[in-house]
Amino acid sequence: MGSDNGERVAEETRQVLESLAPEQRNLITILQKVQKHFGYLPREAMIEVARSQGIHETRVYSVASFYNQFRFVPPGKYPVKVCMGTACHIKGGDNILKVWETKLGIREGEVTEDRKFSLDRVACVGCCAMAPVALVGEEVHGGMMPTRVEGILLAIRMKEEAERAQQEKETAGPGPEIQEGAQGREHA
Amino acid sequence: MNRDEAIVAAFERLLEKAKRHLAEQGRDGSRPVVTVGTATCGRAAGALDTLAALREEIEACGVDAAVMEVGCNGHCYAEPLVTISKLGWPPILYGPVKPGLASVLVKRFLVEDDPCLEYVLGGLEPHDLIPALTDFPRSAYEMRVLLARCGRIDPTDIHSALAAGAYAGLVRALRTEPADIVEEIRRAQLKGLGGAGYDTWKKWKVCRESADPERFVICNADEGDPGAFMDRSLLESDPHAVLEGMAICARAVGAPKGYLYIRAEYPLAVERARLAVAQARELGLLGPDILGSGFAFEPRVFQAAGAFVCGEETALIASIEGRRGMPRIRPPFPAEKGLNGKPTVINNVKTLASVPYIFREGWRSFAAIGHRATKGTTVFALAGKVMNTGLVEVPMGTSLRRLIFEVGGGVPKGKAFKAVQIGGPSGGCLPEEKLDVPIGFKALKEAGAMMGSGGMVILDEDNCMVETARFFLDFTQKESCGKCTFCRIGTRQMLEILEDIVQGRGTEEQIALLESLAEDIRLGSLCNLGRTAPNPILTTLRYFRGEYEAHIRERRCPAKVCRALTAYYILPEKCERTCDACVGSCPTEAIWVNAKRFKVIDQSFCIQCGACLEACPVQYSAVVKISPLADLPDRGARPEGYEKKKEK
Repeated sequence: MGSDNGERVAEETRQVLESLAPEQRNLITILQKVQKHFGYLPREAMIEVARSQGIHETRVYSVASFYNQFRFVPPGKYPVKVCMGTACHIKGGDNILKVWETKLGIREGEVTEDRKFSLDRVACVGCCAMAPVALVGEEVHGGMMPTRVEGILLAIRMKEEAERAQQEKETAGPGPEIQEGAQGREHA
Repeated sequence: MNRDEAIVAAFERLLEKAKRHLAEQGRDGSRPVVTVGTATCGRAAGALDTLAALREEIEACGVDAAVMEVGCNGHCYAEPLVTISKLGWPPILYGPVKPGLASVLVKRFLVEDDPCLEYVLGGLEPHDLIPALTDFPRSAYEMRVLLARCGRIDPTDIHSALAAGAYAGLVRALRTEPADIVEEIRRAQLKGLGGAGYDTWKKWKVCRESADPERFVICNADEGDPGAFMDRSLLESDPHAVLEGMAICARAVGAPKGYLYIRAEYPLAVERARLAVAQARELGLLGPDILGSGFAFEPRVFQAAGAFVCGEETALIASIEGRRGMPRIRPPFPAEKGLNGKPTVINNVKTLASVPYIFREGWRSFAAIGHRATKGTTVFALAGKVMNTGLVEVPMGTSLRRLIFEVGGGVPKGKAFKAVQIGGPSGGCLPEEKLDVPIGFKALKEAGAMMGSGGMVILDEDNCMVETARFFLDFTQKESCGKCTFCRIGTRQMLEILEDIVQGRGTEEQIALLESLAEDIRLGSLCNLGRTAPNPILTTLRYFRGEYEAHIRERRCPAKVCRALTAYYILPEKCERTCDACVGSCPTEAIWVNAKRFKVIDQSFCIQCGACLEACPVQYSAVVKISPLADLPDRGARPEGYEKKKEK
């Protein structure tokens, strides 16, 4: 950690900025692209954006902190978002959130220790007819029930397990180091 | 050949090409076509799995059939929806179609010619054997202007839209003088469908007559109201209708550039709108020289970053300019000084999508729809406790009762209707006795609600009105941009009072305080977010005051919703010793079995999710909700060492 990592983030940010088309040179669009790259807005990246645009760093932070889309901590590998729109609310969306909280052992806005899951509430994803709704990554789960949470978690764990087994099979021999773990530490 | 003839000829060529294209793909009726609705709502119900299953089964059976993705046709309650068009049969709509049923349909209908009547939702054309959707009672009240093509065309293929009539209105507008376009809109009496109901032509006229030649057209698709999804559905199902409307508007006001401002939470809408712009540019329906007319229009899709207040036009502009989305004082209105200080027309998705209809069918035809001063149709997103959740489009002036009970099918599970919430956080809750109000900007405002962007959430006897008001205040308080003191601090204070009430700490004086705060916030806020934020409280106080009083005086939640005032309890006299249904259903293992084998809820573990109530077999119905807490016989704490004993 420290300046090395900061330098790397700044360098990657510069690459993102260079890849933008001229009509995409809008602060919000820029921040969206940067967040797409890192999964969140690291401090060094925002400083780099400010430098490249010739504006003060506080201006970048003031814009980034205004909009709900931007986050300042890395999301989990499986970001869970529970819809809290009107239709989801009256059909028990807060119960669904509570169950996710109990099952993951974290509160909304937090990330699990192993960085696998993050839990957030989202205003409305526009699937009101399927309420209550939860998102895991990009996948939308309609008609959520408190009892379905466990099933979704189980499916993810099984997928993880299968992936790990696959990886172990592939990397069997050269070394026991699992690449994913190494990356995770670097971020932390 | 003069200019007008050249435009028409160029468009004819495109239509020919579209027909050829569809024929090449076998989508012209020469072979069976299977369509799956894959808008976000369909995907939430598993439409992508259904699509994969259909493709696999068609491949496996060796059937010659085209599979096509379409948008949402509004029947969201029956998602995933599949339509099969086969020679000799009308197009038949099936739903809900899970992957298992998908392969059954392929085998039995496509291979064996049995239309599987037991799974049919309805036919899309009249037929002797298949009941047509148009024969459903709801069709008698529905009228599809905006949603006409939704769910029938492939939103990712412009040829499909062209063959169904897209851009025909633009062709007429290109041959009309800009001033006459504004006149046509004035005669049609089109009003802004984003909620305010402002005359569309006035905005256009001001912008058109401005001295500054650099102008913009912005389509506002920042559909932030929780509970509304019409704009998303329209953009995902028929993006060309919106682009066509934008292009007509751009010609009327003389704007060479435009923005389609779409909410961050709608990734699929953004993707499909971008694709639609690219395809329309390629065919010369947008771009530097539209259909050889010399008129140029370049729309760009702008993905917003998630802020409710950006639905307000001046905040939206600030956000495109790369600043915090905070509203400013109007006037000057954006039509005079908007994006980058230039004249800008901002219209809602539905307003712009109505424009092509006016130009295709003429203003008379549009002005003939509707009720008194409010013309045209309106799209509502029905959600909550209603049978037919989804999109409905009805002429203005239809009564709420007809919309909810005849089109929407009423409240499910035999529960009693309590209220309808219209207009999202800016709107209000109307009770049963206000249901005969005709839908229109003025009538709804008088009743205390507002048209809003069209979200309509139905509440039944199991919903607490105080808690609903708290929910909306929580939303507006979080989304307040913080510029105006009354909105920033006032909504916070109102929220705190409502939290006190739902927690059972409320006092009688707080009701009066809520009313005076509401008035202050309304007067002291700059934009409509603040001005309308008290509406949910004011309407619930006006129509459901008794519920507030029960919370305060008796510490009782009449709907048995508020967590602090309610508990779940298992009646020992009804609990069946041999049944364990509730124990397994509880996600927090709050239910334990006592020595007599009766099930007991340990209140300290219970999160009140209601899973046990659902799980308890109906012949026992032993799980009940109790409010106030004073009526709860005991807290059901499990004896020490219970867990250990269970493990043995």
